[in-house]
Amino acid sequence: MEDKQPIISIRNVSKRFGQVAAVDNVSLNIMPGEFFVLLGPSGCGKTTLLRMIAGFEIPTEGQILIDGQDMAKVPPNKRPVNMVFQSYAVFPHMSVADNVGYGLKIAGVGKAERESRVAEALELVKLDGFGTRKPNQLSGGQRQRVALARSLVMRPKVLLLDEPLSALDAKLRAQMQFELADLQDHVGITFITVTHDQDEALSMAGRIAVMNKGDIAQLATPSDLYEFPANRFVADFVGSVNLFEGRLTLDEPDRAAVDCPGLGKVYLNHGVTGPHGADVWVAIRPEKIYLHVPGAGKAIRGAAEDAPEGHNFARGQIKGMSYLGDITLYDIRLETGAMLRVSRPNLSRRDQEDFTWDDRVSMHWRADSAVVLLN
Amino acid sequence: MIGLPKRTPIAPLEYTRRLWMRGWVGLVLFFLYAPLITLIAFSFNDSRRNIVWRGFTFKYYEKALNNDSLMEALVNSITIAALATAVSVVLGALAAVMLWRFRFPMKAAAEGAMALPIVVPEICMGVAMLVFFAKIGFPTDLPWPLNLGAITIAHITFCFPFVTMVVRSRLASFNREEEEAAKDLGANEWQAFRDVLLPHMKPGLVAGALLAFTLSLDDFVITFFTSGPNTVTFPVKVYSMVRFSVTPEVNAASAMVIALTVILTTITLKMQSRMGTIAQGH
Repeated sequence: MEDKQPIISIRNVSKRFGQVAAVDNVSLNIMPGEFFVLLGPSGCGKTTLLRMIAGFEIPTEGQILIDGQDMAKVPPNKRPVNMVFQSYAVFPHMSVADNVGYGLKIAGVGKAERESRVAEALELVKLDGFGTRKPNQLSGGQRQRVALARSLVMRPKVLLLDEPLSALDAKLRAQMQFELADLQDHVGITFITVTHDQDEALSMAGRIAVMNKGDIAQLATPSDLYEFPANRFVADFVGSVNLFEGRLTLDEPDRAAVDCPGLGKVYLNHGVTGPHGADVWVAIRPEKIYLHVPGAGKAIRGAAEDAPEGHNFARGQIKGMSYLGDITLYDIRLETGAMLRVSRPNLSRRDQEDFTWDDRVSMHWRADSAVVLLN
Repeated sequence: MIGLPKRTPIAPLEYTRRLWMRGWVGLVLFFLYAPLITLIAFSFNDSRRNIVWRGFTFKYYEKALNNDSLMEALVNSITIAALATAVSVVLGALAAVMLWRFRFPMKAAAEGAMALPIVVPEICMGVAMLVFFAKIGFPTDLPWPLNLGAITIAHITFCFPFVTMVVRSRLASFNREEEEAAKDLGANEWQAFRDVLLPHMKPGLVAGALLAFTLSLDDFVITFFTSGPNTVTFPVKVYSMVRFSVTPEVNAASAMVIALTVILTTITLKMQSRMGTIAQGH
C-alpha cells in the first residue's frame, strides 16, 4: 500500500461558514480500495468534508485531489465520484430502472448497453425484477439499494455514502452493514462513509477518522481506535469508558504508574512517554474490569498479579445494575466516592444472579487494560 | 332495556352523522350553488323575461351562439386567458424558483413586491393600467389579435403572482438532495432542472395555470379599464347586455362558460391526482 498513490488527498482543507469553521485545516489521504469511515457527533464537520469531496461545497482553504487531479475547478457533475445521499434522493417520478439508468443516459450511453448495465447493477444490489416499480412501491431498505445501484452503475472511482444506514431500522441496519462491506469487497471501489454511529463505523471500516469540531481527533483502524484511543474525546465517543484524572508517578520504557485520587493506583506494563509528574487521564473500558466477591480472592486476584501489590485494585458497592441479556452492566460506588461502570458477560445462564444491588464487591484489572491519555 | 337500538350509536368524531352538522353543510352548499343552478335552469326557460317558468327550450343557446358580438367577446376572452396563462406560468414559475433558490439583497422586498398585485384593489390596478397605457400611447387600433395586447399584459400582471405563490409552496416540499443527486450523476444545471425539479413542480404549475386561466377569464374590473372600444371580452359584454335586460340568452352564454371551466378544472384535477400519486415517492 505504501507505494500506491492515494485516490483522495485532502490537503489543509478548511471550510468556514461565516465565523464558524465547519472543517478546520484537515489533511487526509485515502487509498484505493479502502473502506474509509468519517465518524463523529453531529456538527463535527464530517458531512461538510464529504460534500467537499463530492463538490457540493467549495473549500475556503486547501486542496482536494481525486486520483491526483486537483478538484478546485471541477463541478460535481464532472467528478469521478458518486454519492449516496442520506435521504437516498431517489427520483420519485422515475421507475427504478430509470433511476438507475439516469447517469448513463446523461452520459450518452446507448440504450442497449444502458439496459444491460442497469440490470447488472440491480442484480448487484439484489433488486433484479424491480426495474419497472416506482419508488413509492419500495421499502426504505429497497430505496437505499436503488440509490446504491444508481451510483455503482456509474463505476465511480470513489463512492461517497452520507449516513447510509441511519434511516433503517436496527435489524435491517445490521444486515446492511454486512452487505455494504461485502459489496465493497466485491466491486473494489473505494468507499467513504459518514456516520455518527460507532457500531456502524467499527463493523464496516478499514480505517476510521474520528472528527471533533472540524478537526480529526484520531485516524486509526477500528481496533486501534477502541483499544488505543489517542485522547479523551475518542475514548469517550467510541464505546463507553471510565475516565479518571491522575498524576503520572512512574514512567519507564516497560512500566508506568498513575496515582488516581478517584480510582486508586493504576499500573501499566508499558511506558507512556509523558512528562513526569504530569496531570493525565486514565481510561478503562467497563468490560476490562473483573468483578468478584471481596476476599474470595487470592485465586482470582492472581490475575492481577502482573501488577505490584495495591495496584489495579478497587473496592466498592453496587449501586446500579442493568441486565442486557448478553452482558450485565454494574454501576459501582468506589470507596473513594467515585463511580465506576463495569460490564460482565453472562457466560452461563445464572451469571446475572451472582451480584445484586448494595453488594460489596472487589474489582481488578490487568496491567495492559488501562490507557493513559495526555489530553 | 327493551330491544336493541336500530342504528349504531354515533361515535364522538362522526360529525357527518350528526343532524345539525348535516343541516349546516346543506345550507352552505345551498347558498353556494342555488344561484348557479337557477342561472342554468332559467337558460332553458322559454320566456323573454327571466321571472316565471314557461317551458323548456334550447332556443336561447341557439341565439347566444348566433350572437356574433357575444361570440366575438367569448373568443377574445379565451384568447386572452390562454395567452395570459401561458406567459404567467413561465414568469410565475421562474419567479418562484428564484425566490426559493437564491439568497440576494432585498429578497424580502422583492417577495413583497411580487405579492402586491394580489392585494392591491382591482379598481386601483384598473385605473393605473388605464393611465399607464394612455400615457405610453399604447396603440388601440391594431388588427386582431394584437388589439388584445393591452388587456393581455394587464392580465399577466395580476395572474403571475398567483402562479408564483402556488409553485413556491410546491417547491417548499422539494428534497434538494434529489437535485444534487442528479448533478452527482452527471447532469448539468439545465438537465437537473428539467429531469428533477420540473417534474416536482408540475402539480404546482398545473394548479397555477388553472388559477391564472379562470382569473383571466372572468376578470371584469381591470379589463373594463384596459379594453379599447373594439375589444370586448365576455364579462364586459355580459355586463353591457344585462344593463338592458336579463334575458335567458345571457344565462345560456354564462352556462356555457361555466361548463367550459368545470370541464377544464375536472381534466386538470384528474391529471394532477394521477401525477400526485406518482410523485408521492418520498
